[in-house]
Amino acid sequence: MEQDRAVPSAHETQKKIYSQMVARTKPKPPLARNVTGAFFFGGAICTLGQALLNFYISMGLTRPDAGAAASATLVFWAALLTGLGVYDSIAKYAGAGTIVPITGFANSIVAPALEFRREGMVFGVGQRMFTIAGPVLAYGFISAWMVGLITYLFK
Amino acid sequence: MAATKKTGMQTITFQNPPFFRGNAAVAGPKEGQGPLGRTFDVVLPDTLNGEETWEKAERKMLENACELAITKAGLTVEEIDFMMAGDLLNQLISANFTARDLGIPFIGLYGACSTMFEGIALASMLVEGGFADYVLAAASSHYDTAERQYRYPTEMGVQRPLTSQWTVTGAGAAVIGCEGKGPAITHVTIGKVIDLGIKDPSDMGSAMAPAAADTVIQHFKDTGRSPSDYDLIITGDLAAVGRALTEQLVKQAGYDISKNYTDCGILIYDPVQDTHAGGSGCGCSAVVLNGYLMGEIRTGKYRRVLGVGTGALLSPISSFQGESIPGIGHAVVIESTASLRK
Repeated sequence: MEQDRAVPSAHETQKKIYSQMVARTKPKPPLARNVTGAFFFGGAICTLGQALLNFYISMGLTRPDAGAAASATLVFWAALLTGLGVYDSIAKYAGAGTIVPITGFANSIVAPALEFRREGMVFGVGQRMFTIAGPVLAYGFISAWMVGLITYLFK
Repeated sequence: MAATKKTGMQTITFQNPPFFRGNAAVAGPKEGQGPLGRTFDVVLPDTLNGEETWEKAERKMLENACELAITKAGLTVEEIDFMMAGDLLNQLISANFTARDLGIPFIGLYGACSTMFEGIALASMLVEGGFADYVLAAASSHYDTAERQYRYPTEMGVQRPLTSQWTVTGAGAAVIGCEGKGPAITHVTIGKVIDLGIKDPSDMGSAMAPAAADTVIQHFKDTGRSPSDYDLIITGDLAAVGRALTEQLVKQAGYDISKNYTDCGILIYDPVQDTHAGGSGCGCSAVVLNGYLMGEIRTGKYRRVLGVGTGALLSPISSFQGESIPGIGHAVVIESTASLRK
């Protein structure tokens, strides 16, 4: 029995030593470049959103309607660029800058929808298009509902 | 009766080494643009290869490689006794469906990216044991089919980490027979499944390096050979990170392979091709071995090569369940016939 216990502990030590070796050997992610890329691309998308909002208000839409129109425009362009195979090339440099804004959400739905169209409209596109966005939607709805409940109870 | 061909713990020494009779490598467009592009028999114009789906494209590529290897061996499909092949797709659809179309008695293999070497090892044993005259070993992988099964849809905007590797679109096939002009297979070292706790699926080089190192070290121990007995030691798809780790691990066991060691995943792409650590997938070692390496051995640049096919034995399910990634490495010694006669 003692031998049984000794074997995994030697293996654990070996694992620990190896993980240190891996940490020393692995290339470090270019943090400065990634953060700068995310900042500027993310900022550019948000600035574009603001410009669209101002444009729709100037065209006579109410502020909430203009907000929805601006979001719809961004989603449209992100979906189109995904379809043209350009979005992932931009995302390579932008990182979180293209994932966090609403354009990233659009990309995460259109990309699997395109990918799985060969498995059919129901079990391909229909089922798989939310593989990445699904968790965001599910937990988004849950937290929105909880915030709503708290607001209702304590206001 | 003792197993007379077994040497040490994990190695088999062939008394009548079987030969490579014909080899073929079919590669995708990105691989064709890489440094080894001209060593492949066929380079596809695009990743769909004239098919409706990427899965069909992979299958067609594998079938193409098999038929070409048989033709180059000067044989017909009917003359092949057994076929051993595998790929990365669930339930081995590329290999199974190709075997359906070729009609050769078939044994499906799964060794993840080590499949080409696993196939050569087993095919050599069948031939040398007198169970077959000609055995076809083949393997394939495809960037798009692997990506959608293991990772993200291809158009997803994600930033790939520097440790990540690029699945090679390619298929390789080899006909192994008891006589022929091609290079011979003299030893096989079957690897153990080794897991040192790496969990990051975008760092498969680190996950597989301990298995590759273990097989290389065991091969030296079993055969009494040392790194200088080989002109080249080459692993399957460890790429830059895994190669550096393997070198360190083998050195800790007292063998210095720094002078003559490289990896197929490093050779296949140019750094400007933006694959990060390098290539991976069954196709990686399959096209480099059957294309580039066979050429170099035939022309005499390398006389004796220790090739180690490496595989990361993970599945998307095991990754989601938080399991670490076990690895495996199978070694095959390939020697030019000129060198063998000496």
